[in-house]
Amino acid sequence: MESPRPSESTALVVPRRTVLDALLGAGIASSAAAALYPIARFLVPPAGGEPATASVVAAKLSELKVNSGLVFPFGSKPAILVRTPEGELRAFSAVCTHLECTVQYKGDTSQIWCACHNGTYDLSGNVASGPPPRPLESFTVAVRGEPGKEDVVVSRT
Amino acid sequence: MWQRALGWIEARVDLSTVRYLADHKRVPIHPHSPWYYLGGLTLFLIGVQIASGLLLLLYYRPSAGEAYESVQFIVSRVEFGWLVRNVHSWSANLAVGAAFLHLFSVLFLRSYRKPRELTWVTGVFLLFLLLGFGFSGYLLPWNELAFFATKVGTGIPGSIPLVGDALQRFLRGGDDVTGATLSRFFGLHVALLPALLVVLLGVHLLLVQQQGMSVPISVRKRLRPGDEVPSVKFVPNFLLRELVLWYIALAGLAALAAFSPWELGLKADAFAPVPAGIRPEWYFLAAFQTLKLLPSHIAGIEGELLGVLGMGLAMGVLVLLPFLDRRSSQEKPSPLITVAGVIALVYLLVMTVVGYVAA
Repeated sequence: MESPRPSESTALVVPRRTVLDALLGAGIASSAAAALYPIARFLVPPAGGEPATASVVAAKLSELKVNSGLVFPFGSKPAILVRTPEGELRAFSAVCTHLECTVQYKGDTSQIWCACHNGTYDLSGNVASGPPPRPLESFTVAVRGEPGKEDVVVSRT
Repeated sequence: MWQRALGWIEARVDLSTVRYLADHKRVPIHPHSPWYYLGGLTLFLIGVQIASGLLLLLYYRPSAGEAYESVQFIVSRVEFGWLVRNVHSWSANLAVGAAFLHLFSVLFLRSYRKPRELTWVTGVFLLFLLLGFGFSGYLLPWNELAFFATKVGTGIPGSIPLVGDALQRFLRGGDDVTGATLSRFFGLHVALLPALLVVLLGVHLLLVQQQGMSVPISVRKRLRPGDEVPSVKFVPNFLLRELVLWYIALAGLAALAAFSPWELGLKADAFAPVPAGIRPEWYFLAAFQTLKLLPSHIAGIEGELLGVLGMGLAMGVLVLLPFLDRRSSQEKPSPLITVAGVIALVYLLVMTVVGYVAA
């Protein structure tokens, strides 16, 4: 580092080396940024990997016994179709609202049950016992087709 | 702040060896010195390959059913995915090119002569590794061109007597190029070859570090007795100049990736006819063209077999070159090697161009 000669003014003197170092540093920093920005964006998974499913054919009505349940794929997530002891059809998301385990139908208690932490839901999807914080999301069920060969169609409500 | 951080580390870790090396490593300066930058350039491009390859691994799926679609997803849906894939493809080609230039510059300057024979041997094997990376990586997008190029490429070892069939089955993971081949090539490309690369590159760089740069015989001869070859410090003089070259390479890569994107083509289909104009990557073109030009039988031996044996022989000679060139190990000129090198270079260039024009 050179110090300013006494004859020079006492105004701020920046040594040449400092300026060059700063320029070099700024150059390296900006090229690093130019490389890291695309990388950071690349790392973020693209949003909306799959379109939301509107409705699916879950089962044939004839295959579904009274007081039983069936887990079926609804888009990329599981859903559950239940035929109540009274013969009514109901459908819910099969994703437990507690920690996202997949629920199942328990015929002996006529409840929807999550095996992970023993959460139970009644046949309206409301929490009956255990840790789940919210009811299961419910779907609309419709029956379509010729008598004897009806399809059970589940759609987003 | 930099000084303080360094001080903090030095109070805990002994950096004197590193400091000593950085202070004392010097690079000779003479008319042939610019060739010294090529090894570093190859190293930089390999670094780009590792970085961009790690990124591609986040989205790539190695199966016949999903590979093509996942690459399509990368280039069309992932942000800057096109950039990462194109940089990976282009940098692969530039790395092979830089490695070839590096090899020929070392050959013509006889830098492989005693005591640097092992540096040369590891370097030649590193070049073979890069070619292996190129060959295995070419198949991974699972497109039509890659599929048939791999069929041809893995078929070539099949002509070797005795072990040919077994070798071909081993390479393909079966009798044909299928999803099993893709799994195999993926494993090679992202696990086995990188592991070998790290080891070989480590030895190569360690040897370069220990032995320093070779000074060509002609430069040494011109010195007056007692004089030393003028040199500059590696840190920072040579390093900063090397960095400039890396910058130029990076700019070139970005420009190529942006303005000359790599095509994905059609998805591989084993039952589609081979598309016209099929040819391998340029660095295999000379070998491909040689096999094409050989007649089916030469003196009763199958032409292809002769070609494969010839290539094996050439590879062997290349590996053992420092041991065959006895004169330069005694610091004597060896014009025969220069002539052989020029012939090899011209042959490779001509065959590559012919391969391009013929296709």
